[in-house]
Amino acid sequence: MIASQLLVLASLIYVGALFLVAFLVERRAARGGIGWLRSPLVYTLSLSIYCTAWTFYGAVGYAARSGLEFVTIYLGPTLVFIGWWWFLRKLVRIGKTQRVTSIADLISSRYGKSNLLGVMVTVLAVLSSTPYIALQLQSVTLAFQAFVAGPADGAALPGPDTTALWVAAGLALFTILFGTRNLDANEQHQGVVTAIAVEAAVKLVALLAVGVFVVWGVADGPLDILHRVTAAQRGAWELRPDRWVGLTFLAGVAVFTLPRMFQVLVVENVNERQVATASWAFPLYLFAMSLFVVPIAVVGLDVLPAGANPDLFVLTLPLAMNQGGLAMLAFLGGFSSATSMVIVAAIALSTMVSNHMVMPAWLRFGPRQATLAGDVRRVVLLARRISIAAVLAMGYGYYVLTGGSEALASIGLISFVGAAQVLPAMLGGMFWRGATRAGAATGLGLGLAIWLYALFLPSFGPSGLIPAQVLAAGPWGIDWLRPQAMLGVNGMDPLIHALFWSLTVNTLGFCTVSLLTFPGPMERLQAAHFVNAFDKGPGAAGWSRGAAEAEDLLVMSQRILGPGAAQAFFSAQARAQGIEGFLPEPTPEFLERLERLLSGSVGVATAHAMIAQIAGGASVSVEDLMAVANETAQIMEYSSQLEAKSEELARTARQLREANAKLTQLSHQKDGFLSQISHELRTPMTSIRAFSEILMAGGLNPADAERYAGIIHDESIRLTRLLDDLLDLSVLENGRVSLSETEVSLRALIERAIAAAQPGMMAVERDPAAEAVSVLTDADRLCQVFINVISNARKYCNAPKPRLRIAVRALGDEVQVDFADNGRGIAPESQALIFEKFARLGDQSHAGGAGLGLAICREIMANLGGTIAYLPGQGGAAFRVTLPRRMARAA
Amino acid sequence: MAPRALFLARRSYRLRRLRDAALMLPLLGGFLFLLPVLRGSGDLADEVVYLFVVWPLLILAAFVLSRLLGGRRSEAEPGSGGEPGEGGGR
Repeated sequence: MIASQLLVLASLIYVGALFLVAFLVERRAARGGIGWLRSPLVYTLSLSIYCTAWTFYGAVGYAARSGLEFVTIYLGPTLVFIGWWWFLRKLVRIGKTQRVTSIADLISSRYGKSNLLGVMVTVLAVLSSTPYIALQLQSVTLAFQAFVAGPADGAALPGPDTTALWVAAGLALFTILFGTRNLDANEQHQGVVTAIAVEAAVKLVALLAVGVFVVWGVADGPLDILHRVTAAQRGAWELRPDRWVGLTFLAGVAVFTLPRMFQVLVVENVNERQVATASWAFPLYLFAMSLFVVPIAVVGLDVLPAGANPDLFVLTLPLAMNQGGLAMLAFLGGFSSATSMVIVAAIALSTMVSNHMVMPAWLRFGPRQATLAGDVRRVVLLARRISIAAVLAMGYGYYVLTGGSEALASIGLISFVGAAQVLPAMLGGMFWRGATRAGAATGLGLGLAIWLYALFLPSFGPSGLIPAQVLAAGPWGIDWLRPQAMLGVNGMDPLIHALFWSLTVNTLGFCTVSLLTFPGPMERLQAAHFVNAFDKGPGAAGWSRGAAEAEDLLVMSQRILGPGAAQAFFSAQARAQGIEGFLPEPTPEFLERLERLLSGSVGVATAHAMIAQIAGGASVSVEDLMAVANETAQIMEYSSQLEAKSEELARTARQLREANAKLTQLSHQKDGFLSQISHELRTPMTSIRAFSEILMAGGLNPADAERYAGIIHDESIRLTRLLDDLLDLSVLENGRVSLSETEVSLRALIERAIAAAQPGMMAVERDPAAEAVSVLTDADRLCQVFINVISNARKYCNAPKPRLRIAVRALGDEVQVDFADNGRGIAPESQALIFEKFARLGDQSHAGGAGLGLAICREIMANLGGTIAYLPGQGGAAFRVTLPRRMARAA
Repeated sequence: MAPRALFLARRSYRLRRLRDAALMLPLLGGFLFLLPVLRGSGDLADEVVYLFVVWPLLILAAFVLSRLLGGRRSEAEPGSGGEPGEGGGR
């Protein structure tokens, strides 16, 4: 018999041969001679990854357990394919026009390129593929065990978990080598597709060989088989209508929603003629694959001992009949089924993960500028490799968690139900323009949640994530939330129950939210493109103009592909055009090839947009336009902000200039005042000193002495007054002055001020009636202001007949007192200065003050809650004192 | 442009009926595949024979239809003109 080493060796040789096929085909494809690859036959054979190890081994086990029910898994796809005119034709057309790279890309693209939906579908796809990959690991492991355990050759057998781990690791390595060897081959994985087609042929031949052997070698032809079927009739073989219809529907949906099926059906599709052929050829393949399932199952039940695992009849029947070569062929057929499924699934999933999760995250959080050549490519490649390894690791984890004990068929169906959750969003998106992003997200989310709760988590068994009492009585004892009998729907098969509830709630959520929400402009445009996919000619608009600069294209390509690969491609293209060097003519054909090459690294839409930016013209999507509009709006807002800022700056500068001029003026005045005050101080001091020296010298008559002493006294009074003024001003400015409020009549106050100021020969005009106003204020301080103003008028009014008019007006809470003389007034440029300290206009040395009077007045009025201002246009100097009738108590 | 003709030429008419047939075929298939459960419990061997006879017949029908439909398409593609009177689509 066959030793385990030989089995491993055979597998390795087989894998090596596949790799060689893929490698040679890719090399041929690079040279352009791939005409036969576009044949519908290769396409149809590649579709056969629908038939995984589950079909190869599991279908027989399924038939042995449940009779004819296994055939539903192939009837559903048959109906979908012979009905290609309804649905598949449109799906493939949309996939081509929208340059879709995965099922997540399709959904995200339909709903306005929503990344949220892309991520949701990716998560769903990864989760639902996990049991499927576990299934492949399990079947290969079981097959290996069956083979090696058969003959007791004494070799130390690894445990099932170890075998599965080795298989998982080997498949991960194989897929990484296969699927991410060349990033630019992503769009058309010719090598992989051909290898898959070879595997499809191998598994079909293997199963047919075993079938022929069983029917004519073990049994006596078809009639004998039918007799055996009738004889072997069991209760479990009865057809159950709910499962029959439900599973047919489910399989029909899964054949285009499973990520790997979508990959070969839509993404790898080259033209629609392939679909037309596959419409009958793929059902034929399925028919051939299931033709011998019932015979093998029945004969296996008859011939093999009672405890034999029906999942392995395909393998154990030839072994039991001592047909080692046939058994080896069967093993390789099963191995083919498992590897091809895992390879395509991992490629499809890694594309989704890197395009919808890693790249957006990297573009958002990664380095701002991709300055290093080819670093985008490195990130994409690394992301894909890591996600392939992660996907297989998850499959292995699921295998270990579920104990690898369940029948193959039930595991595969869990994946089917998960993948089917995309159906409402997909169908709605293709046939209903009213479907919105929010609706799709709601439906997907609800369907995913129910699938997880009702099917995926319970699949880990009673000791797994959902405890047995929750399964039996519902969470927290809530009966109608039981995972396998929701809302009290009892007696349904758990799988059909989960399918029914998840798709019902999914569809309801999708439709309701779609009806209630309003789609964005991008969504509406995409909706029109999808629903009316046949209104336009086939294929996306090509590059019609050759305006692109070849050098710019080279610079961009180097950043994405790496310098070596980009330069090689460009020089090869240039040679093909008969041009020396690295820069080919940017013909439409060249642009299309370059776009296909780039799309392998950065996704189709991005590649298209990148070339569109450089090539100019061509078709620019609404999204591009919106991005451009956004940018423009930002720039406009920025420049208007700049404008506002510069205006503000100009205003500030003007204010600063004014302040500076004022400060300079004040500084000059201060200088002037300092010399003035030294003069003011020195003049009395000089006379005091001189007269006191004369007095000290003695010998004066008493009259002179008295006169000199009088002068000294006057001068020291003047000094004291000056110092008092300075002190007074300082107190007022610091707000430390104490005010004593009294109720006084303005008339009395003005009379007192006139008496004190001694207007002399100046006539004072008054209106006693108007002056009959009483105010609550500090009478002494207010009087001081009046005295100051009146004596100023007396000093500075230079009219031949000086006259002062005092007018009082009561205005509500305020009282205005105007003092206007008939002199020449104050020049406009000086009006702003007169209230400043030390201000003294001209050289009126006879003024006798230090220029502090009006400054003190201003401070007093501020303390009293009023103002004093110069009043222009009164035919002379005029001041208006405004004060409140009732002084507000300053704090 | 001339208004769309009320009646099509014989060839275009045939093509349209072919499309109708392609649309009806999966409905027929669904019905045929549903029959075994409608019949209820019978001899399993009979159902096996029934299914594995009906199934290839459906595939044969699909083959004929796809040849007729697909053949027309690939003929029309290089000429890029298509058949006159057929441009309106469905």
